[in-house]
Amino acid sequence: MVSYLIRNARILGGAPQDLHLADGVIQAIGTGLAVDADIEIDATGMIVLPGLVDLHTHLREPGREDAETVLTGTQAAAMGGFTAVHAMANTTPVADTAGVVEQVWRLGQEAGYCDVQPVGAVTVGLEGKKLAELGAMHESAANVRVFSDDGKCVDDAVLMRRALEYVKAFDGVVAQHAQEPRLTEGAQMNEGQVSGELGLGGWPAVAEESIIARDVLLAAHVGSRLHVCHLSTAGSVEIVRWAKSKGWDVTAEVTPHHLLLTDELVRSYDPVYKVNPPLRTAEDVQALRKALADGTIDAVATDHAPHPAEDKDCEWAVAAMGMVGLETALSVVQQTMVDTGLLNWEGVADRMSHRPARIGRLTGHGRPISVGEPANLVLFDPAYRGAVNPESFATRSRNTPYKGMDLPGRVHATFLRGRATVLAGELAEQGGLE
Amino acid sequence: MKRHLVSAADLSRDDALLILDTAEELAQLSGRAVKKLPTLRGRTVVNLFFEDSTRTKTSFEVAEKRLSADVINFSAKGSSVSKGESLKDTALTLQAMGADAVVIRHHASGAPARLAQSDWLHGSVINAGDGTHEHPTQALLDAFTMRRHLNAGLGNDLSGRRVTIVGDVLHSRVARSNVHLLTTLGAQVTFVAPPTLLPIGIEPNPDTGAAGWPCEVSYDLDSVLPKTDALMMLRVQRERMNAAFFPTEREYSRRYGMNGSRMAQLPEHAIVMHPGPMVRGMEITAEVADSPRCTVVEQVANGVSVRMAVLYLLLGGATLADTAARTDSVETVQ
Ligand SMILES: [Zn+2]
Repeated sequence: MVSYLIRNARILGGAPQDLHLADGVIQAIGTGLAVDADIEIDATGMIVLPGLVDLHTHLREPGREDAETVLTGTQAAAMGGFTAVHAMANTTPVADTAGVVEQVWRLGQEAGYCDVQPVGAVTVGLEGKKLAELGAMHESAANVRVFSDDGKCVDDAVLMRRALEYVKAFDGVVAQHAQEPRLTEGAQMNEGQVSGELGLGGWPAVAEESIIARDVLLAAHVGSRLHVCHLSTAGSVEIVRWAKSKGWDVTAEVTPHHLLLTDELVRSYDPVYKVNPPLRTAEDVQALRKALADGTIDAVATDHAPHPAEDKDCEWAVAAMGMVGLETALSVVQQTMVDTGLLNWEGVADRMSHRPARIGRLTGHGRPISVGEPANLVLFDPAYRGAVNPESFATRSRNTPYKGMDLPGRVHATFLRGRATVLAGELAEQGGLE
Repeated sequence: MKRHLVSAADLSRDDALLILDTAEELAQLSGRAVKKLPTLRGRTVVNLFFEDSTRTKTSFEVAEKRLSADVINFSAKGSSVSKGESLKDTALTLQAMGADAVVIRHHASGAPARLAQSDWLHGSVINAGDGTHEHPTQALLDAFTMRRHLNAGLGNDLSGRRVTIVGDVLHSRVARSNVHLLTTLGAQVTFVAPPTLLPIGIEPNPDTGAAGWPCEVSYDLDSVLPKTDALMMLRVQRERMNAAFFPTEREYSRRYGMNGSRMAQLPEHAIVMHPGPMVRGMEITAEVADSPRCTVVEQVANGVSVRMAVLYLLLGGATLADTAARTDSVETVQ
């Protein structure tokens, strides 16, 4: 196995140090390390973070391989600095059985660019009617701990209660896509000033907030773990803050795009901005940034949602919802959180690696950067500046709202258990596993 | 003028007045035996209607033919269009046919804007109504009608005139276009509707600092009538009742319907407008609809002149002086 010596890298933004990676683990950390390594990397000015962990990725396989496959999705993840991703269950067929989650998990292993942790559906076929075999998915090779009907809300209060109770048996967590279905019928964008002017169906903040409020109460009532997907409003932040102040086991995530973009962009009617939950107002963006900084929001999750061109190159009303995000996540976080002084690199490691790994109960990821630990790392150059070019993406889809935008920073290298999946900004030819 | 007419908000005061003045010139034509100008001879205009609208479509078609354009009617019923590619594919087809302008009516808000910004098509895009977004030529014909009654004359605007728009503002593209255009022309706009039929964001919000729309909002029709120069009734669809936007037809018409006693509260010079088709009974009584102060029929005639002006200015690129000259020359030739 190839060994690496990384020279003068700033671990979590600290003073420059060398790291020696061999046999899948961090062998040594220090200044002026005198070791023989197969490859030496001059990392002057670069930041080392633990390999990023995404709680919310859509890999589209099985079913929509024209949009993404486990291979291309994990390649995109590696390019973005991720070493583990949670693959959402809304595939075709839905990941609601042990068979499907094992298939996805195994495809991730074979591709070798990034660990794929499948998320199991809460209900059969995401239909919100009957619990899926949560226990069987947990007992499968995929060892599922996170369950979600993402894309749809588990809106039946009794079903949600039962799911929360049931997964306690194996330390599972229900990740809720909070969207009251009646309040969002025909919704196409955030309900507010802009939707009123554009004549597009509004998606009110309260449709998200009312479900979160209900769910934190349910989770407290049954003493279970709840994770709230992609918070998008200031009100949602307040409810999560309140639940945490009660000591309840509630965690939450925010996407990079909700930290940067607002519903004003929808004025272009460009479907690249059509996403679920919708882009909100500047006030919401500020509240989300602040909540991520103070830890009310635990994690950044990409909600990477690849779509083929034909699903976006059309009029707004019929366009698919979602944007790709794996390859730009760290740059958006640098721009919105680090360059603004809201979060330091230690904080970024916490919100993009340690905490998401803990929420998903991934024991091999989100580890401290110290000797003897698995070498799951990302080497990031925060000084890099350049326009986002979707043509260079590893993901199969190009639906990024950042096309042509100058975003700071670039992943220089990603290591999965000591093997480079990305080196010098380029994807390794083979995946991380031999 | 810009190349497209997608939103009434795109029109400056000068643009709007140029269109109204040009329409006034062109309106003279309809009084003549030969109602045709050679202006758009050899140019192809496509009427692309994804949604039924006999009135608007006919109005555009008459306008196009009076300007001697080659007219292609392309209807694509909304129900049969399930995939998003259809608008793009249709546009590419029209592009291949060499369309110089596309008049588009679409059930989805933003479809004309998307068409105008895309590289699917190079011709001018004229919005003939998109979803619950805008209907700029309707607003132009409304403004044209108001000007004739309230401040007639070339170059005149609607400064100081008070316009009240009543009904389902939430789902009305006519309301959205009118508020932009009328404000641009100096009028004061007041919307009257039950709160359920007003869009979020129409009123200023001190919490968020949002300015709201450039208009006033009232839930009480009777209080607004005495200070109204032009009263515009919007169509209320009966299915809104089933979606709980208001309790019953009877209650709606009691609170927001136009009838004879309400008409008596209007100043004497005030006009009553309706974009049509009218639903007699719930929103407007026959007494009002058939009164000489009701401009519905006039609005239809003015629609043709205004649409001729829009096509003429977007495609002909001519000035008003040219218009006059060409009108004369036609006369001589004929
Ligand atoms: Zn979701």
